[in-house]
Amino acid sequence: MSALTPAAHETSHAAGRGKKGLGNPVLGMLLFIVSEIMFFAGLFAAYFNLRTSTGTWPPAGNGAFELHGEILFPAVMTSLLVLSSVTCQFAVWRIRAGDRKGMNRALLATVILGVIFLCGQAYDYTQLGFGIADGVFGSTFYVLTGFHGAHVLGGVLMLSVCLYRGGLGQFSAEHHDMVEATSIYWHFVDVVWILLFTLIYIV
Amino acid sequence: MATTALRPAARSGTGIYEWLTTTDHKKIGILYMISSFVFLAIGGLLALGVRAELAQPGLQFLDESTYNQLFTMHATIMIFWVIIPFLGAIGNYVVPLQLGAPDMAFPRINALSFWLIPFAGIIVLSGFVLGGAADAGWTAYPPVSSIKYSPGPGMNLWIMGLILIGTSSILGAVNFLVTIFRMRAPGMTLFRMPILTWTVLVTAVLVLMATPVLTSALIMLFIDRNFGGSFFDPATGGSAILWQNIFWFYSHPAVYIMVLPAMGVISEILPVFSRKPLFGYKAFVFATAGIGALGFSVWAHHMFTTGGVFLPFFSIMTFFIAIPTGVKMFNWVATMWRGQLIFSTPMLFAIGFLSMFLIGGINGVFSAPVPVDYAIHATYWIVAHIHYVLFGGSFLGIMAGLYFYFPKMTGKMLDERLGKIHFVLMYVGLNLTFMPMHLLGLSGMPRRIADYSPTAGWNDLNLIATIGGFTIGASLLPLLWNIYISLRNGKAAGDDPWEANTLEWATSSPPPAWNFDRLPAITSERPLFDARHGRSGKDHA
Repeated sequence: MSALTPAAHETSHAAGRGKKGLGNPVLGMLLFIVSEIMFFAGLFAAYFNLRTSTGTWPPAGNGAFELHGEILFPAVMTSLLVLSSVTCQFAVWRIRAGDRKGMNRALLATVILGVIFLCGQAYDYTQLGFGIADGVFGSTFYVLTGFHGAHVLGGVLMLSVCLYRGGLGQFSAEHHDMVEATSIYWHFVDVVWILLFTLIYIV
Repeated sequence: MATTALRPAARSGTGIYEWLTTTDHKKIGILYMISSFVFLAIGGLLALGVRAELAQPGLQFLDESTYNQLFTMHATIMIFWVIIPFLGAIGNYVVPLQLGAPDMAFPRINALSFWLIPFAGIIVLSGFVLGGAADAGWTAYPPVSSIKYSPGPGMNLWIMGLILIGTSSILGAVNFLVTIFRMRAPGMTLFRMPILTWTVLVTAVLVLMATPVLTSALIMLFIDRNFGGSFFDPATGGSAILWQNIFWFYSHPAVYIMVLPAMGVISEILPVFSRKPLFGYKAFVFATAGIGALGFSVWAHHMFTTGGVFLPFFSIMTFFIAIPTGVKMFNWVATMWRGQLIFSTPMLFAIGFLSMFLIGGINGVFSAPVPVDYAIHATYWIVAHIHYVLFGGSFLGIMAGLYFYFPKMTGKMLDERLGKIHFVLMYVGLNLTFMPMHLLGLSGMPRRIADYSPTAGWNDLNLIATIGGFTIGASLLPLLWNIYISLRNGKAAGDDPWEANTLEWATSSPPPAWNFDRLPAITSERPLFDARHGRSGKDHA
């Protein structure tokens, strides 16, 4: 080891300090979202495969499958979720500017909108005239929207932790990687829903 | 080692509580290894059960149902709880050291990744005592895996266990990638990273993009089985082929997940024991990335006989993927060419890897043409192929890595004589087991059968394979004895017993919790070689 000392330097630099660019949590979240994209890609692939091989879509024989006529309620829910992405991004902008109060308010609005979306989805499920066991339409509908809803729930929990920590004053203009990472995740969940909404209620 | 005196004395560093709660990547790496050995024993005993039953025609020890559970769980345990975590063990231990980093990027997530493994394993194995483990083969094709034909709890437990271990892999992949991108020491540019780290990087990308797809398939299967879903049931509009497409979209890249890090280990060992630099470092990096990219375009070669896939495309892509693999084989042989070869145990296993993986590659690409594939599909030829890749390739690579890194992990050398006994027994045993399977496959013996006709001409070859299987089992005894006596009174290893090239050998054996007191300057992919020979140039600090 002593032979190495002349050309050696302190290892404190090795900890990744002083580097520019994305923080570790933000990069980690981006990579995790890659895996989430592939997870939903698997479900979407199954959806497209079954939809194209079924012939008519929605499958004939069950009037409850005709969702195109009941677009109003899900459209309202969709606009609330999109609005929550805006408030979430607003929270990020506020904390970047060092405004903790503004961030907390925006986070609270985001959490409330997320919870409203989840309640709306639960209510919608009770109103639908078909179940998960009703052929490929029922299976794909509930698995896709259900796992999206699970991700919304996960996002709401993460946002709540951000809100709690924000209330304790743990974030600042320099240190708020968790808020950045959570907002990226929330935007991703939002984008997935826009795809789902388009596929299920419009196309 | 003037620095040794400055280290605080080791306190409470070895207690059980410390091991259960550790977030140190080195301790987690060793935990991965211990867990893999336990599951290796389980998966190995399951395989010996299969081989014992097949030694002669007729049913001697098992009924068909138990036999199905044995081969299903053998494959499941060996793939998900032995090979992948064993490579995870080496990656966990070595990659931060090779980068000059103090730990992984997310140490607590690292601990979570590990602890999911034994618990998921218990869930999957609990089927044996809860009315029968999964028995639909590790590929779990519907309708065999449907609630109608696999009514027991084993299949549900299998799905849950696999989702959990997939989650463990995904978290591990994120961790490795952030570590590699963000935690490198000054001077450690991407193209100075050791090849093992490069292979772990590509493997992590494969895990990140393939494993979640398996999770989606498993969830759909679970819905089908338990909530009346109809994804894979043609009777209600679903498609059984859909499962195969999604399953193999994961499970073919999974083969590269299981072999790339082993290739990385071999690429660390061959230069050290040939006393030469690795031939074609950059070609090797690009070949690894090429295998990773092409790995996503060959999945349907498992499904030629379904008639539901575009045969020419998947056939030709399968040929293509042999090219980067061939580049690597060339690089390894060229690395050894005119080197001063030292035949220590790690080198023997590395050469064993080269020869066996060569067979596994050739009998694989032989299966790529469509007509050949139709003839050998689901015969013992395929069993021979996958075992030459995963046993002759991945597992021998893991063993090479174990003998190579054991001195770094423990500070003790493994015994060379016992190591050589282990190598010879395992090498002979694996060829005795899997070479006859080529002939069995060509003469039409289907896989996954418990019984066969005594007049089919398969008796002798099956008996030889069974003898080989038990030889492999016996070959692990000298290894375990070797580990035991070496831990008790093995020769002290010192920092760098092999005169190696990469940063993990620049620190003490075993390294302190923070890994490095000092780092040598990093101006090439062989910083230790440079330091030994005064070639470091300017210090970049």
